[in-house]
Amino acid sequence: MVSRFRWPKLFLLLLLGVGFFLPLLWLLLTPFAAEPTLAVKLPSLSLKSFSEVWQNRTAVLAFKNSIILSLGAMALVLGFGSLAAYALSRSRFAGKDTLLYLLLLFSSIVTGVAAMVPIYALNQKLLLIDTLLGVILVFTAGFLPTAVFILKDFVDGIPRAYEEAALVDGSSSLALFRYVAFPLARPGLAVIAVLTFVSTWANFLVPFVLLRSSEKVPIAVAIYQFFTEVGIPRIGVISAYSLLYTAPVLAVYFWISRRYGFGFFGGLKG
Amino acid sequence: MSTPGLILSRRQTFAFISPAFAIIAVFLMFPAVWALYLGLTDLELTGIRAVMPEFVGLSNFVRVFQDSFFYNALKISLVFVFGSGIIGQVGLGLLLALLMHREKSWIKTLVAASAIAAWIIPDVVVAYLWVAFLDSDFGLLNRGLKLVGLGPVNWLFHYPLFSIILFNTWRGTAFSMLLFSAALQTLPPSYLETADTLGASAWRRFRDIILPLLKTTILTDVLLITLWTFNVFTPFLLTGGGPSFSSEILPIYVYRTSFKYFKLGYGSAISTVLLLINLAFALVYLQAKRRQKKW
Repeated sequence: MVSRFRWPKLFLLLLLGVGFFLPLLWLLLTPFAAEPTLAVKLPSLSLKSFSEVWQNRTAVLAFKNSIILSLGAMALVLGFGSLAAYALSRSRFAGKDTLLYLLLLFSSIVTGVAAMVPIYALNQKLLLIDTLLGVILVFTAGFLPTAVFILKDFVDGIPRAYEEAALVDGSSSLALFRYVAFPLARPGLAVIAVLTFVSTWANFLVPFVLLRSSEKVPIAVAIYQFFTEVGIPRIGVISAYSLLYTAPVLAVYFWISRRYGFGFFGGLKG
Repeated sequence: MSTPGLILSRRQTFAFISPAFAIIAVFLMFPAVWALYLGLTDLELTGIRAVMPEFVGLSNFVRVFQDSFFYNALKISLVFVFGSGIIGQVGLGLLLALLMHREKSWIKTLVAASAIAAWIIPDVVVAYLWVAFLDSDFGLLNRGLKLVGLGPVNWLFHYPLFSIILFNTWRGTAFSMLLFSAALQTLPPSYLETADTLGASAWRRFRDIILPLLKTTILTDVLLITLWTFNVFTPFLLTGGGPSFSSEILPIYVYRTSFKYFKLGYGSAISTVLLLINLAFALVYLQAKRRQKKW
């Protein structure tokens, strides 16, 4: 804007920037402190908190569980989502628009704790309480609508000519999907894959409600249990573990915003 | 454009979409409808009522509207949504976007990077960061206050609602900031230059040029942020709803009723009320979005 406002403007911006930055400082410094506390200070450097994480059985188990949940949800969303998106892009049937509208509506309503109450009761009926499969299915259902929408946009952008040519050559519809459309939609699939992975990875509420045994919980719930546990302060482990847990999320965000802009991330976050 | 030929037959279409829709129907759509039914029972998490719940009619719903804890949580949720959602995330997001518009200083990078980090770091980690930040003995905020001769303040104990509002503003402002920044990119530079030449005040420029341009974006943002903030559970990790229910927003109340006191039936009745409020916001949002596409 105008130059006469530049300095007050920059000063205000700096003030707000510091406000946003300060709470983050703890995560950057404490994992490397020799004597970790809740205070932020320039530490005498040490990596012992990280080695404590690897010696902690719960922490390592939770790491494995987080990988299983995230990969599981990613595989199902990718597989079923791409099939559905392809069909919705390449066919016409009565009620298609209504179906898409309902998908969008339900995926924005069914969220948070209010949705977890009936989902808990449902998983209990289906004997899926305290199973990783139950959590994976709930995540899959939650992310599929957005994934189908984004993927449908990608497939809409692929010319039909390739498929029509293959069709003339006598390919089956599954072969069209597998060998023509799927490879062409690869950029879209990559985005959906990593977004599903990190959204599952970062989620706290769903596993917190649906899992009971401590050897099944993912990192999000393990960190919560570390800090609600009374007794020995585990600040070092918590901070180092938090940093290891956060790093992949930051990396994925960076990669996606470089390639596609931020809009995609907002879609799957809520 | 090629003619919309039939690449997939009707049967093939059905086969392709059914796995995804089966999962969505069972684990997303069915629970929303089932909540209403469960709300009509006295289902509990454990014991005999877990196996054989009885039908109790509308009594749970009647109880919700006589429940002082429900009204307490509703009131706190309204303050929380207004404070951290509308004033906080939308307001501050707009302010940041305006301040950052066509700015190239390193300060802009600092603000954007920090706000985005706050937005994408997982729930449990941001919660723990704020437990450390607000700590009355070691926390950075109290250390800072001490430098100017104030404090220490036990934020989470004495000002729990204010603390979670501040936390949630910090947590979510990036979304609005990015949305408004993107919208401002479409503003032709010549408009503001002309306004400068004419000597328009900052307020006039905002009211006559920027506001009309951002009107629909603001509406979209307010609806989305309200819906999200209304359902957010993360404050539970900071205060657990306490002390003595003073920061118990509706999602925390639902959690306490259903999973701490094991009253799934009554919890479902409250959840149904929340899901209906979500439905109202989602319908308005989708309607607004549909209209924008037509323009």
